[in-house]
Amino acid sequence: MTHNRPVATFAIYVCTASAMLMSGGRGVHAQAITGAGSTFAQPIYQAWADTSKASTGVTLNYQGVGSGAGQKLVVQRTVDFGASDAPMAADKLASSKLMQFPAVVGAVDIAFNLPGVATDRLRLTGGLVAGIYLGTITKWNDPAIAKINIGLKLPDLAIAPVYRADGSGTTFVFTSYLSKVSADFKSKVGADKAVSWPAGTGAKGTAGVAGAVKNTPGAIGYVESAYVTPQNRLTTAELQGHDGHFVRPTLASFAVAAAGADWANAQNFAVDLNDQPGAGAWPIVSATFVLLPTNPTDPAKGAAVLKFFDWAFNNGDATAKTLQYVALPATVKAQIRTAWKSLAK
Amino acid sequence: MSEGHFGRAAFLPGSLPVAAGRALPSRRRSQDLGDRIFAFCAYFAGLFVLVLLGSIIVLLFIGGLPAFRAFGFHFLVSPEWNPVTERFGALVSIYGTVASSLLALLLAVPLAFGVAFFLTELAPAWMRRPVGTAIELLAAVPSIIYGMWGFFILAPAIGHTVKPWLASTLGQLPGVSGIFRGAPGDASIFTAAVVLAVMITPFIAATMRDVFLSVPVIFKESAFGLGCTPWEVMARVVLPYTRTSVVGGVMLGLGRALGETMAVTFVIGNTNRISPNLFAPGNTIASLVALEFPEAEGGSLQLSSLLALGFILFVISFVVLAISRTLLVQRVRQ
Repeated sequence: MTHNRPVATFAIYVCTASAMLMSGGRGVHAQAITGAGSTFAQPIYQAWADTSKASTGVTLNYQGVGSGAGQKLVVQRTVDFGASDAPMAADKLASSKLMQFPAVVGAVDIAFNLPGVATDRLRLTGGLVAGIYLGTITKWNDPAIAKINIGLKLPDLAIAPVYRADGSGTTFVFTSYLSKVSADFKSKVGADKAVSWPAGTGAKGTAGVAGAVKNTPGAIGYVESAYVTPQNRLTTAELQGHDGHFVRPTLASFAVAAAGADWANAQNFAVDLNDQPGAGAWPIVSATFVLLPTNPTDPAKGAAVLKFFDWAFNNGDATAKTLQYVALPATVKAQIRTAWKSLAK
Repeated sequence: MSEGHFGRAAFLPGSLPVAAGRALPSRRRSQDLGDRIFAFCAYFAGLFVLVLLGSIIVLLFIGGLPAFRAFGFHFLVSPEWNPVTERFGALVSIYGTVASSLLALLLAVPLAFGVAFFLTELAPAWMRRPVGTAIELLAAVPSIIYGMWGFFILAPAIGHTVKPWLASTLGQLPGVSGIFRGAPGDASIFTAAVVLAVMITPFIAATMRDVFLSVPVIFKESAFGLGCTPWEVMARVVLPYTRTSVVGGVMLGLGRALGETMAVTFVIGNTNRISPNLFAPGNTIASLVALEFPEAEGGSLQLSSLLALGFILFVISFVVLAISRTLLVQRVRQ
């Protein structure tokens, strides 16, 4: 318990020290930047940092401490940029002198454990998922579930909803979606990084949710799509999209949602990608955001952060795809670059 | 446990001049200086611990003050914990902390007593050292290991065996059926209590063994001479003689159970509801703080409520440790 914190702190020191050592050998142009926040986006930032180092000379020391902590750290200017899954409120951005832009788009999958039912064989709607997490739908053979799953033998098994017990950007995306499609969920629970769940049990981290779902017959949970890999053997459900069709969680269906959103008119790029219209759009999708000081304490580091993300927007799409993220549409990247220009002045 | 000896072994500056006076005059001055430096370091170390403890309590209280101000006494009795509406109460996590810890004691104390009894009275001499060392090693296993073992092995095992068995036996009795009735999911207060019991048994057993060994041999030999069985010696001689120390050791175990975070988080279900059902998921103060702290925004009421929870846990642990200290000190003075 108390042992974990010093160990974690020590690990951070070691990482920082080794990052410094490595960057030291790269000559005068090497520029070390620090970032912290979203654990959801950590794999992609790490991968981008590893591949971009050679061409940009920028080394990134990124710590996945959680979106809330990332916001805190960049407001205090402890790190060169913060990363958050939930967009920051416009007034807080202004008062903390931060600019916000999205880096990649990710999705949330619905995982379930029903003996004998394989991936994509179960169909659910947003309303049903909200009912399950509200505790109003408690059995898998509930008539409302059976009605849209004709031909599927649903057992008389209790539904055990599993949620993230730790504060999480994934929970924010998932509860935002449920609040959007269910007025009942919005009034009783609402959307946040941690909420007061009326039913179910909590597990720590994505791995905890996935483990609990796999351990418990009858369980249902939500995990980042990047976590659903063949090795994890999670079974995922089809979900009804905004246009009424049932959609599978694939990179293609996430991209439809990202492309269909109204980016041009969104303030600070804080666009809501959940339940987007458009045929074949997966309904639980979100961008993950970067928070950048508009008055960096060290302008050279501010420029290095921009250099890093400029490289990522030019060359990072393939890496993003292998990690199950969706790259931003080209028009959005162009808008972000325009915003950067105003920052440089 | 070793802290108990610290008070007696501590350096007493008052006895310095006497010792120094006996030294050779030529070496007197330099030795004097060395003693002074050592005395200063010892004082500093002692004071540092006090200041550290005091500042942690004060900082937790100051951090939690906005929550205490906003909710008042209601904070202690409200079962609500809702980050969306910013309404916070500590009742569920206090209940979960106390219930899981007490249940763990209920399971651990008889087991630890058996281990200590066996080691001091029944075990052959060659077995005592290895078993004693094994128990001390168990106490050193990191809690995350217990957490993973609990999550992957113990929780499903309890869910498939103990839960249905209790539900079909004790769960059928009128009056208590609500306590033993099963619930969906493997994570529960009961599972957490079993993991905690395994974690604290080595602590309690080691303390009990040490205090049982402290009983003067002549007492036990006299009882054996009168024809007492080992059990009668334990119940009539050893236990009455060591009663307060045994309770002190149990309290130390309780103190550890109250503050345990990682292992409990894995198996308790992290749910903000109070249920008399042992197999329903719950929450503890330590796990709630650990889970929500990283995502709580700076200056928010949520962060303040988490710090207030930390303060409450501190108070609970402090009371438990103070009781155990008092009981152990009484024993030393006898």
